[in-house]
Amino acid sequence: MAVSAQRLKLQGIVKDYPGCRANDGVDLTVGAGEIHALLGENGAGKSTLMKIIYGVVQPDAGRIVWNGHPVTVENPARARQLGIGMVFQHFSLFETLTVAENIALGLPADEVRDRGALEQRIREVSEHYGMALDPRRFVSTLSMGERQRVEIVRCLVQESTLLILDEPTSVLTPQEVATLFKTLRKLARDGCSILFISHKLEEVRSLCDQATVLRQGRVSGHCQPKDLSASDIARLMVGDDTPIATQVSAAQPGDTLLQVQELSWQTDDPFGTSLKNIGFSLRAGEIVGIAGVAGNGQEELLKVLSGEITLKGEAIRFTGEAIDRLPPGARRARGLAVVPEERLGRGAVPVMSLADNALLTAAGQGLVRRGVIRRQRVREFARDVISCFGVRCSGEQSSASSLSGGNLQKYILGREACQSPRLLVASHPTWGVDVGSAVAIHQALVKLRDEGAAILLISEDLDELYQLCHRMGAICNGRLSPLAPASELSINQLGQWMAGNFEVEELADAAA
Amino acid sequence: MDLLTNILAATVVAGTPLLLVALGELICERSGVLNLGQEGMMLMGAVAGFIATLSTGSLAAGIVTAMLTGLAMSMLFAVMAVTLSANQYAAGLALTIFGTGLSAFVGAGFVGQSIEGFEKIAIPLLSDLPVLGRALFTQDLLVYFSWLVFAGVALFLRFSRGGLVLRAVGESPGAANANGLRVLTVRYLAVAFGGAMAGLAGAYLSLAYTPMWTENMTSGRGWIALALVVFASWRPGRLLLGAYLFGAASILHLVLQGLGWRSPTELLAMLPYVVTILMLILLSFDPVRTRLNTPLSLGQPYRPGH
Repeated sequence: MAVSAQRLKLQGIVKDYPGCRANDGVDLTVGAGEIHALLGENGAGKSTLMKIIYGVVQPDAGRIVWNGHPVTVENPARARQLGIGMVFQHFSLFETLTVAENIALGLPADEVRDRGALEQRIREVSEHYGMALDPRRFVSTLSMGERQRVEIVRCLVQESTLLILDEPTSVLTPQEVATLFKTLRKLARDGCSILFISHKLEEVRSLCDQATVLRQGRVSGHCQPKDLSASDIARLMVGDDTPIATQVSAAQPGDTLLQVQELSWQTDDPFGTSLKNIGFSLRAGEIVGIAGVAGNGQEELLKVLSGEITLKGEAIRFTGEAIDRLPPGARRARGLAVVPEERLGRGAVPVMSLADNALLTAAGQGLVRRGVIRRQRVREFARDVISCFGVRCSGEQSSASSLSGGNLQKYILGREACQSPRLLVASHPTWGVDVGSAVAIHQALVKLRDEGAAILLISEDLDELYQLCHRMGAICNGRLSPLAPASELSINQLGQWMAGNFEVEELADAAA
Repeated sequence: MDLLTNILAATVVAGTPLLLVALGELICERSGVLNLGQEGMMLMGAVAGFIATLSTGSLAAGIVTAMLTGLAMSMLFAVMAVTLSANQYAAGLALTIFGTGLSAFVGAGFVGQSIEGFEKIAIPLLSDLPVLGRALFTQDLLVYFSWLVFAGVALFLRFSRGGLVLRAVGESPGAANANGLRVLTVRYLAVAFGGAMAGLAGAYLSLAYTPMWTENMTSGRGWIALALVVFASWRPGRLLLGAYLFGAASILHLVLQGLGWRSPTELLAMLPYVVTILMLILLSFDPVRTRLNTPLSLGQPYRPGH
């Protein structure tokens, strides 16, 4: 069969969800061997469109044309049969199975009867594309980058001719990103089409041939990303009236507020990360960033600092006092606020109203008298947060789960900021947040900093870290790199740190 | 020597119903569905099998009826817990309460009647082995069958594609769906197997262990099977061990009474439950192996497209 020049063509795709139209007449054309970017903010309809192509959801209207023939993609199995492979952002792998078993699950039964042959095929494909993989290892023992390879190799073993990658670089170090791009270019030369979903514009500019930009469910533009500047593309994504970036003034650090020395903690979760000999200090009026690929101990570090995990020693000193043994409430009372990574479930109780959620951490702000809740004060506090931080909602009585990710994040951050904390630990505050809300959150963090608070920012978004942080380092496998002033830290060095190579520099220093 | 052989033989017999129901529940839980209705399904299987055998005179008819009854009960559960995404705990408990009551009602007229139960069959050559020969290889058909089921389940989980699919669905139904696996179908089949095995286990009690029907004759074996599955870390080998340990302990208390131990029978009757759970807790102390075998989605309903 001759490969037609147009591999995939979408025409007038419409998808309605209760209360919003996720896709509104979207057209998209991907040629054979083309690397095509699908750009847009969170909530612009990228995920919905991908799910439609991959058969996870069905469109309400519109046509899908595959290699020149109109098709209906009823389910993911049908998509695979057509040759559409997908690499999910949150991987669809089974941790308790081996690499080969994971790949076998996606193949027809008669192709995997011979496990030896399958393992051989996995080795061949993975080596051909420069992604070494051991088929016998359990997925639970693999790093995020390796897991992504499994997903890609799985698609390749299935002989996909269109590979959809959903934000594939968010879990990789800069070096791993370079390797991935090399693989993708080789794939494209071999005739495989690639649909690359991202909001990282520089990456798109360096990799992609064509780009389609979505805004609020509609196509807001087509472009050849190499010909446009990143800020031109950003305008297409967010429209004309949203600020794209925060202007951050220089930090004026004051006294040391938090001193962490030789902090170690042994996990009892076999798949968790132990913290090893972590040390850093944090001064009033500065933002310190910790970069790192997800699952390298960020969550554990946050819990140790917040008091969700208490320790025995004297590793954590806050304003000179060892707080290792204090539970979260006592730490909050001393001015240590935390914005955890999961908004629903840890940052807020989904079914409770915004007002009640305020009460959870802000009870100390005069919202409770002699054990009795002062409803009026709680509502006022919640209303203040909503108005100060521009939270879009129908009022303080709406439930937390009814807010969009960005709005809820603004509310949670605002709830903490309104309590004037002395130290704020924020984990991935703009994860899955639209550009407008992200800017608002960044501004709030900088304002808090300028009021004299110390902020520890744990994030995977390197742009965000470089933009906001005064000093930064990286966490890898439970160990923390040295911290360096952001202005002097090269992205290359940071990438080395994210991959766990801290000693190289120290050795060089020692030798000198 | 004779005493030891007798104890071993009785151990196997006492452990068999537990092994059967627990193997069924293991498969069911591996798909991510927790069915607390084991006790109810066993009782229904026991009474249905007994009535069928009594009225037809055929043990085979009794077995088939019991398994179909267990299966039908489990489908009732599956419609609620799998299709309608109801809370699995509540649906399972309801099934047990329903089965307990219904079996007592249906079986009321059959209490005190008796049938010709399963006979022991000596396997040529093997049954001539010293001690073990008579303990293991002079048993009834259902004991041999339980070993086949055990081997089948162990091999299925370890080596077959079906087993792989089952484990995948149990770990992450969302990812399984994205991989093109049919989550609800797999869960239905797993629940059905669990139901049929519970029915069979019930029939073992009323057709082989004590060939008669008494109200609530399972006396908590369905519950102990649930605990067994968890403490065996969802691994068939340990399940076999646990089931026979339970069998041994329940025989032991009879032997101790026979030897004239003067402790309250209520305490002795507790023994098998305590011993089994304690042993398995000690054995399951390997977090990595346990984690690799735990169905992560256990107890969580799955709705495709959400």
